[in-house]
Order: sequence, then structure tokens, then C-alpha cells
Amino acid sequence: MILAPRWLSTSATSVRIRSNLILYAIVLVVLLWLVFYPNAFIFIQSFVRAGQWTLSNYREFFSTASELEALWNSLWISLWSVLLSALIGTPLAFLFHRFDFPGRAIFAALASLPVLLPPLVGVISFLFLYGESGIFTRGLQHWLGWKEPLFSLRGAGAILFVHAYTMYVYFYLFVSAGLKRFDFTLIEAARSLGASPVRAFYSVTLRQLTPSLAGASLLTFMTSMASFSAPYIFGGGTRVLALQIYNSKLNGDLEMALVETVILTLASIVVLALLQRYEGVSKYRAAGKGGLQPLTVVTHPAKRFLAGATGVLAVLFLLLPHLTLILISFAKDGTWTMEILPPQYTLENYTRLLSSSQFLEPVINSLQMATLATLANFVFAMLAGYLVVRQRVPGRMLLSSLILLPWALPGTVLALSLASTFNRQEIWQARVVLVGTYWLLPLAYFIRNIPVVVRAVQASFEQFDTSLDEAARSLGGSWFYSMRRVVLPMVLPGALAGSMLAFVAALGEFVTSIVIYTIHNRPISIEILAQLRQFNFGSAAAYGVFLVVLIGAVFVISERYLSETGLAREKLAQ
Amino acid sequence: MLELKHLTQRFGDQLALDDLSFSIEKGELVSLLGPSGCGKTTTIRLIAGFLKPTRGSVWIGGRDVTSLPPELRHAGIVFQSYALFPHLDVFENVAFGLRAAKVPRHLLETRVRRALELVNLKGYDQRAIFELSGGEQQRVAIARAVAVEPQILLLDEPLSNLDASLRERTRKQLRELIDSLGITTLFVTHDQEEAFALSDRIVLLSKGKCQQMGTARELYDHPANDFVARFIGKSNIFELKFKGFGEDCLIFEWPSGRELRLRQSANRQLTTGQSYKILVRPERIEFERKPGYAHLLRAKVVNRRYAGAWSEWELEGEGIVILALRTSQHPSGTPEEVGQVEIYAPPYTLQIL
Repeated sequence: MILAPRWLSTSATSVRIRSNLILYAIVLVVLLWLVFYPNAFIFIQSFVRAGQWTLSNYREFFSTASELEALWNSLWISLWSVLLSALIGTPLAFLFHRFDFPGRAIFAALASLPVLLPPLVGVISFLFLYGESGIFTRGLQHWLGWKEPLFSLRGAGAILFVHAYTMYVYFYLFVSAGLKRFDFTLIEAARSLGASPVRAFYSVTLRQLTPSLAGASLLTFMTSMASFSAPYIFGGGTRVLALQIYNSKLNGDLEMALVETVILTLASIVVLALLQRYEGVSKYRAAGKGGLQPLTVVTHPAKRFLAGATGVLAVLFLLLPHLTLILISFAKDGTWTMEILPPQYTLENYTRLLSSSQFLEPVINSLQMATLATLANFVFAMLAGYLVVRQRVPGRMLLSSLILLPWALPGTVLALSLASTFNRQEIWQARVVLVGTYWLLPLAYFIRNIPVVVRAVQASFEQFDTSLDEAARSLGGSWFYSMRRVVLPMVLPGALAGSMLAFVAALGEFVTSIVIYTIHNRPISIEILAQLRQFNFGSAAAYGVFLVVLIGAVFVISERYLSETGLAREKLAQ
Repeated sequence: MLELKHLTQRFGDQLALDDLSFSIEKGELVSLLGPSGCGKTTTIRLIAGFLKPTRGSVWIGGRDVTSLPPELRHAGIVFQSYALFPHLDVFENVAFGLRAAKVPRHLLETRVRRALELVNLKGYDQRAIFELSGGEQQRVAIARAVAVEPQILLLDEPLSNLDASLRERTRKQLRELIDSLGITTLFVTHDQEEAFALSDRIVLLSKGKCQQMGTARELYDHPANDFVARFIGKSNIFELKFKGFGEDCLIFEWPSGRELRLRQSANRQLTTGQSYKILVRPERIEFERKPGYAHLLRAKVVNRRYAGAWSEWELEGEGIVILALRTSQHPSGTPEEVGQVEIYAPPYTLQIL
């Protein structure tokens, strides 16, 4: 059949064209003003010193050894993070999603647990566990009877360790998803054509998984470039760009902070552009109906044991930080000094958190700001997703790249650009004072989460079978009627899933928050840091646990809701 | 009831539909038949209003609807994928169009039930779509389309997603249903057998052009060109030079120079010295001469396949391969044993295309 281009298939009435134009204008203005403008603004400002156009800011950057070191560190740490994460996440995905052995299902679920750790919480639980006075470090020292701790988790190695631990999940999840929709008849075809198992793996399996691997690499690299918490807590003097920006701003060297911001952004965008080619390339998608192969059951007793043992060890290692966090959250503040494990336990940390308004305030702040930002994200994503997928509007490419841009922007960059743009009331420059107000932080959350929500909505719109819309129209439903009764109900689950992710991210956000929070909207993550600074480990951990539980609950609820609505569609597609 | 006038559809520089015109009378069932990519779906989308034609117009019930949006055209569609709304149950799917038309509640319920009864799905109201089998889904799709009492019914390959045994039964039920509703129907299919079994008339489409329109019999017995001849049924087509008119016969010449005398009048104008395509259906070929039969040629038996009621003979002579279908009681033996046969054809069984 000849398939018509989509823009031809929609018969346009003038009402709809007008309403589309209004939507388009809203979406474009939001993107240009909130996403493009602040970045353009700091880009331009990076060429200004003392009111003069100059390249001297850049000259200074490239002639300062410590700046170049930061750039170099950011790059190599990110590359190594990708490599290490791939080496952990990919085999785990294969082990848990291709083979069957006792406990597989539990391991498979547990392996994605680090997703539940917000960046800062993950880092502090590492501190409690592997830090200089951490449980594991001290335990080992004690066991060996040494005077000094065996190692100290500091410097680039520590950063890499934390990155590998928190970011392997991207590979694990992406490859698992890739394996789930993998057409295993392709392997059978390769084998029947005379390919050895190794060759079939290399030339079919890996090729088919290229989009998954590329997507995970991309995500890991970007997250790693932007990573702030790990270097901040564990860096011990290791300079990386994301941290350098924060320090420059703190030292009042705004020009240098701007240059660092521009360079970090450019480096991230270049990689994004390079890797995006491989992501979601349609030629890799299976063309046929696919044959989902049942898992290979491991029968050999020794292999069975090995697979199970690997699973147990891996999961234990992955669970340790969570368990540590829970343990420390019951430790009485100020009692844990030289011991391996905290000596005194109490429920105080939790009761205080729920009863004292002073302790509850950051929680309420975070919930409020995350809700606000997510609502805005939801509405915006519905409009933008609809425009980008369903309407071939002019400037679609521009729209898409602006939507993706916040994703390429490290949290510190976003914070700095907003802080330097919205610090003055100059209406003709489209600048308003938001710095120091409650609103800047929720706005930053909104901007940061534009890509994830729009992408989710976009995917729903793309999966949406346009013949459903056509069926509604042919049955006499107007455009609005079909929108209300068919399109929106079908797209809603995806949009909600994306919004859930955004909500969770906003709830635990740390990197942007630390640059632009005020005393009135102090979020949970900042409070955790403050408690840590006062050596109130128990309170800090209790906040952490609270966050993790909240995030876990959101995931469980959305999973349940989505699997119910998703089930119907999946069944129908068969 | 439905009339297409000079419909032309261009996608970029691709001509999907080229000056297609035909009309369907009230209550008639017409099949739009053709290989994939011939413009069938484009036609149905143009009629439904999902596409705007590059040129030409669509008339439904004597009204030019070319510029009307789909919801105002009163064309019920059964999609190939059925396009049932997965988030609504059977009742709500069927009620969808009625709700859009703001049919009052007490009427709505009876009309939905009636539509479901029509397709033998009484009591299925509360079922979720994914609980239904393919055949049931197809019937819901039909009930949904006819519940709004459309002026025309468009069926886009509605049987192609069913398995073979179900397809034949559904085909019969579909025809009965359409007859009982008396609704004007356009049925899109790539399956010749389906088109023959279902329709009053057939429009044969290829490369966006109407090749022939007529009843099944007309298309089979009097194909307009060699595309139609090849697409409908099995065929032998040879290209022969016309030598001239003999005594009550037409004389053609084989490449070898041997003459072929046809005792029939020409069904078209012939020019001496020009080559013509001549069609003979495999089941018309005879191995014994009877009065008036034309002697086609002498051929070697290459292969014979037993196919139940029929045997298929593959013959070779004059450098071409000829297919013959014989009832299976014919003499047995291997092709080598049978060796050579003389091939004849009764008068008026050869078509000059």
C-alpha cells in the first residue's frame, strides 16, 4: 500500500490551523525564552569582560593549567565511566534476561535498584560504606589489624567507582529492554546459515543491540560529564568542569564560570550529536514479527551454582549502599565516631522528621516544587509532543533540538545560566528577577525535565496507531471529539510515566539546587548536605531513606498503573 | 451512490492514483481489486476524507464531498487493522459514533445492541477488546461502522487478518450482512477469489489506473488487456504476428513460420503484419481435435502435476511454455511416456488482446 505522508492525511479546518498556531507559538516561546535564551545569554557574556568584547576569558581558560586539567579530567573520567558501566551492566543484563536459574527474577528486579538512589543519596551511602571511616573500610582495617585504613575513597578512582556503581544501571536497563524485544529468529537464521555462536553473537546480537548500547553510552557519558555530587564529595581535589563552575561562581569569578560553562556545554553537545546517530536507527529495528525465545535454562549443576552465586554477589554488592543507608538512618546523631558500626540506635531521626516543622520543611519544599514543575512539564509535553509528532509544523527540527537541549546541559550549567539571566529586571531584554525568589528552583526543575517528559509523550504519540484517529473521524467524531475520547486517553499512560520520572528527578535534585536554592525553598538534598556537615549522619540518612522510599513508591504505583493499561495494548498488538 | 470523478493523487513525484473514475449504484457491492501498491488504500482514504485529492472529486449520495472533513461524509469504514479503541469496551466502541452524533441515551443503547446482534455478538457488550479473537474483533469493527447507518460502507481488506478457514466462512456472513442491510459497499482486496465471491462488480486497479471494471465473468472471459488476463486466473499468452484474413478464419503466424488458423471473427480491429497478444485459458486447451477447433501447436510434455480434481500439464512448443488444466481422468504415465501432444482450442476461447 502506498502510505501517505502524515501531513497530507489530515484534513485541515481553519479552526484547527488557528489552534495549532497558538499551541505552536506557546511551545516555541517557552523553549526560546527559558531554554535557548539563558544559554545564548551566558554564551555572549562569556565574551565580555568589564563591559568590553574580548576573548581574554577564553585565553585565560586555555592558559591556566588547572582549567585544562579539569577539562581533561571530565573527558577521561566520563569515557572510563562509560566503559566500566558497560562492562558491568551489559553482562548482568544478559545473565538475568537470557538465562534461567534459581532466583533469576529477583536478581533481575534488584539489579535496577540504583535507579532509586538520587545522586546525592547514592554518594553519601558510599561515604558511609567505603569512605575513610566507612563501615567496609573500617571493618577491613580491623579484620586485618592495620593501623591505617587500607584505602581511602578519594580522587579520580573514587569518582569512577561511584560512577560505575550508579551508571551501570543505564546499560543494564537499556540492554535488558533491547533483549526483551529482540527477534531471536535472527540468531537462529544466522546459526542455520553456518555462523558459530560467537559469530552470531558478534554479527547479529550485538548489531541488534547497537541502539540500546549507544543510548546507554550516551546517557552515561552525559551524566558523567555533568556529575557533580561524586566529585564534590569524593573528588578530594580532583578538578572536573562541573565542579569547577560551582567553585568559580563561589569565588566570585563569574567570567571564568561562564567560560567553563560554555566549554562543558559544547563538549556535551558534541558527544550528544555524535552518539545520537546510532540511537534508535530504524534499520536496526526488527522488521519481522519477531520470535521471542524462552530463556535458556541453565541445567548443568556447576554452571547453575556459578550463575546463582554471581547473581547473589552482584546483588549483595548493589544492595549494600541501600542497606547501609537504612542502618545509618537509625544511628543516634553524634554517636558514631571511631566504631565500625554505629553504637547507638534510635527512631528519633524519623520521629523528628515527621513531627518537627523545622525538619519537615525541606520535605514539603521538595514535594511542592517537584509537583509544580511536573505539572508544568506534563502540560508542556502534551502540547510539544502533539506538535512534533502529529503535525508537520515548520521548524520541527528546531523544536526537537530545543526540546533535547536541556538534556545536554549539566545541572550546574543550567543553574548558572538561569542565575545570570534572571537576576535583573530588564523587560526589553526579556529578563526578570527570579534569583532569590521561590520560583527559580521549580523553573529549573521544569527546564531540566523537559526532555524526559516530552520524549515519553512523543513515544506515545508515535506508537499511537493513526487509524484509530481516522476511525473516530469516520464515525462522525470531530477533531476535538477524537482528541478527547481517543487520542488523549491513549497517550496518557506514556505521558504519566514520563511525568513520574520527572517528579522523581525533581524530588531528589541536588546539582542545580545547590547553586540557586534560597533559604525559603531549601530542598531535601540541600538539607541532607547540611546535616552531613554537622555530622548528623543519622538525620542525613533518614532524609535519604525517606527520599528513596518516596521514589520507590512512585515507581511501584506508576509501574502498576502502566502495566494495566499497557497490557491491553500489548495484547491487542499480538 | 458513490461516484469518483477523475481522481488523481500525487505524493511528491509519485503518482499514486491516475485519473480514476467509477461509480457505485445504491445497494451495490463493488470490489476494488489489485496487487499491493496499486492505489487501493489511497482510493479508500480519498473517499473517507483522510486525503485530499490532487485532482478530481468524490461524490457521495449526489453530493460533492471532496472538501468535507471525514466526520461529515457518512462513510463507515472497517479498517484492515480494525482500529478498535483498545481503551474502550465492545459496547463503547460500537457506541462511539452514536455518541459523537449525540444520539439520545435510550436510543443509543438499542442501536448498539441491534448492531451487535447483527454481527452475532449479543452479550459481548462489556468485553475488553483484547479479550476477543481476531474474528470477533472484525465483527465488532463491522458493527461499529454500521451502527451509525452510514451512506456507504468501506471495507479495507477486512478478511486479510483472519486465517484461511475462518476467512471463507466470514466472507459468506459478510455478504449476507451487507445484503440484509442493503448498504452500498466498496470492498478493497488483493485476493481475486474474495472479490469474485463477494462482489456484484469489480474494479481492477494497477499502478493507480483502472484496468477494467465489470462483473467477475466479464473480467475473466473478456479481459481488457494482458495485465487483467494475467492477474485474473491462470493464463497462456503468446505474441503472434497477424498474417491476414483467410476464408472464415484469421491467420496468425508462429515465430517458426507455422500458421495458426482461428475460425472466429476478430473481437477487435487487426492490422496485417502487426503482432498481437493472444490469450487462452489453461482449462480451454484440448488434446483432441473436434470440428471447428483450432490446432494450436505440437508440444512436448515437460511436467505433470496432480492437483486433486485437476492435473496441471506443463507443455513446451514453439519456444514457449504452455499451461494446460485437464480433469484428472486423463491417461496416466510419465511425461516421457506421454511424449508429444497436439494442442487444440475450441473456437472463441482465444482472445486477441
